[in-house]
Amino acid sequence: MRPLDLLGLAWGALAGQRLRAGLSLVGVAVGVAAVVVLTALGEGARRYVSGQFESLGTNLLIVIPGKNETTGSIPGIGGAPNDLTLEDAEALARRIPQAELVVPLAVGNETVSRGERRRQVTVIGATDGFLEARRLAMRSGSFLPEADWDRASPVAVLGSQLATELFEHENPLGGVVRVGEARARVIGILEQRGTQLGVNMDDLVIVPVASAMQFFDRRSLFRVLIQVGVHTEIALAEQRVIDILAERHGEEDVTCLTQDAVSGALGGILAVLTLAVAGIAGVSLTVAGIGIMNVMLVSVSERTPEVGLLRAMGARRRQILALFLVEAVLLSSAGGVIGLTASWLATQLVMLWYPSFPAQPPAWAIGASLALSLVVGALFGVLPARGASRLDPVIALGGK
Amino acid sequence: MIELADIWRTYTMGGEELHALAGVSETIEKGEHVAVMGPSGSGKSTLLNMLGCLDRPTSGSYRLAGREVGDLPDTELSRVRQTEIGFVFQSYPLVARLDAAANVELPMVFAGIGRAERRERVRRAMQAVGIEGRAKHRPAEMSGGQRQRVAIARATVMEPKILLADEPTGNLDSASGTQVLDLLDRMSADGLTLIVVTHDPGVARRADRIVVLGDGRIVRRMAGSQVTDLARLFSGSEA
Repeated sequence: MRPLDLLGLAWGALAGQRLRAGLSLVGVAVGVAAVVVLTALGEGARRYVSGQFESLGTNLLIVIPGKNETTGSIPGIGGAPNDLTLEDAEALARRIPQAELVVPLAVGNETVSRGERRRQVTVIGATDGFLEARRLAMRSGSFLPEADWDRASPVAVLGSQLATELFEHENPLGGVVRVGEARARVIGILEQRGTQLGVNMDDLVIVPVASAMQFFDRRSLFRVLIQVGVHTEIALAEQRVIDILAERHGEEDVTCLTQDAVSGALGGILAVLTLAVAGIAGVSLTVAGIGIMNVMLVSVSERTPEVGLLRAMGARRRQILALFLVEAVLLSSAGGVIGLTASWLATQLVMLWYPSFPAQPPAWAIGASLALSLVVGALFGVLPARGASRLDPVIALGGK
Repeated sequence: MIELADIWRTYTMGGEELHALAGVSETIEKGEHVAVMGPSGSGKSTLLNMLGCLDRPTSGSYRLAGREVGDLPDTELSRVRQTEIGFVFQSYPLVARLDAAANVELPMVFAGIGRAERRERVRRAMQAVGIEGRAKHRPAEMSGGQRQRVAIARATVMEPKILLADEPTGNLDSASGTQVLDLLDRMSADGLTLIVVTHDPGVARRADRIVVLGDGRIVRRMAGSQVTDLARLFSGSEA
C-alpha cells in the first residue's frame, strides 16, 4: 500500500466522523497549547531575570568574606574567616590591573530620621564607584565624592522613595538626617530604580563606607565589588583576587561570585521550574491521548464490518493496523499544529500586554510538544488499531 | 481449480463440539458455475468462508490451483484473497463514505497498484457491470441493484479466478436480481469460476450443477436443470 493512499484513506475515515474527531483534536490542541504557553511563560521569567542581571553589567566580580567550601582546617582552629578589610580592598584596587572599579561595601539596617519622621532602611556604605558599578543614576544633587576610603564624612545619598517620605515636598538637598546616632547632610537623591537583586534601591541611604563601618562598629566589609574592563578578563581578575587575599590573610578565605555564576544559578532554578510546569501541562496531553483512544475504539467498533470487508478483499493485518494508527496520528498531529498556532497567538497577546516580558516559547518546547502529540497519537492509537487488525474477518463481516 | 478433501470445521461452544462442516469433499473445475444450497445452519456460509480463505479448516485438505492453502499463515491467505478470490455478499456492503469509484478502487489500493492503472481498471470494471455513470455517487444515492453491481465490480477488479457470492440477490427486487444474475452468468461464461450460495431455486437453476448441504455434509449433487426436484425437497420455498 502506498503511503499517500494510506493517508488518503485515513483522512477520509476521519472526515466521516467530524464531530468526534474534532472534539478529540481540540483535546490535543489544548494539551499542546498548554505545554507551549507554560514553557513560554517560564522561559520568559528566566530571560526576565537574566535580563535584570545583565542590566547590572556582566563584568562584575563580587568578593565575599568567608569560604563557602569545606576547608582542610580542623574545626575550632581558624574556623571564623578573617575580616575582609578596607585595606584589603585598597590592595585589590592597587594590584589588579584589570579592575576598572573597586567598591568596598558595608551594609546594614539603621533607623534614618528627620525630626519626627523615622524609618528603618538599608544603609549601604560605599564609595564613589558604586554609582557606576550598580548602574545607578542621580535624580538631583551628586553622588558620594571621590575621597580616601578610610575617611568618614557626614554626607548621605537618599533613595527617591525615602527622600519623599522624609522630606515630602521640601527640597532634601542640603537637609540634615540622622542615620542611627550620627548626623549627615543630604547631598543627592537617586533616580527611581525599583528592586534590584532583592534590594529596594528607592528606599535606602548610601553613605561613605568608612562612616557606615563606624555606625555598625564593624571592621569587616560586607563585600567588595570589582568591575573588570573586559568580560574575558573576569577569570583572570578572580584568580588575582584570591591570590592577593590569600597572601594577605595567610589562607584562602574569600569567595568570588561572578554575575554569570549568579544569574546562571537562578536561571537553572527557573529552567527546572519551567520543566516542572511543562510536565504538568504534559498531563493534559495524556488526557488528550485517552480522548483519542476513545474515539479510535468507537471508530473501530463502528467500522468492524468495514474491517471484515477490507480483510475479505485481501487487506493484511498490518495494513489494517497501519490504517487505524495513521488515523490516530493524523488526529493528534493536526491537534498539535492547531495547539501550536493557538499558543503562538497567546504568547503574542502576552507580549502585547507586557512588552517587557519576553514570553517566547523555547524551540525545544515547540519541537517536543509536536513530537509528543505524535507519540500520544501513536501510543493511544495502537491499542484500538491492534484490536481492529486482530478481528476475525468472518466474525467482522457479521457472520454473513 | 478447487479440491476439497474431507474438510472439517469444528467450533467448541460451551464445552460442546459443533461440526459446521463434517467431512466435505468436492472438486470444482476452472470456469464451473456451482450453486450451494441447503437449509439454514447446514454449513453453506462456513463452506463459502473456507473456499474464500477467510477461514481455515480444522482438518482436511484444501488445494487451490494445485496449492495447499488450508494451513497458510494469515499474510499468505490475505494475498490469496487479494489475487485469486472475489467476494459478493447479500447485503452488498460498500464503504458508505466513499463514492462508487472509490469503493471499486479499494482492493487495488491495498494491493499497492499505482494511481493511473487503478483509474483505468476502475473504469473498465464499472463499465463491465453497467454502472459507469454512477462513479461519483455514494452508496446512499444508489439503488440496491446498483450497489450490488458496484460490489461485483469491486470483487472482480483484481481479476480473480474465483468469484464467491453469498445470496447475491437476497436483498433485491426480482428485476434488479435478474440483472445481477445475468451479469454473473456472463462473467461465468467468460471463464470465471463462480460459486453461489443461495436458498433460491431460481438462482440455483442457472448453475452448471448444484451441491446440497445438510448438517455439514454434502447430501446431494445434481445438475442445475434438476432444481425442480429440489423445490419439491424444500416444499413451499419455490420463488
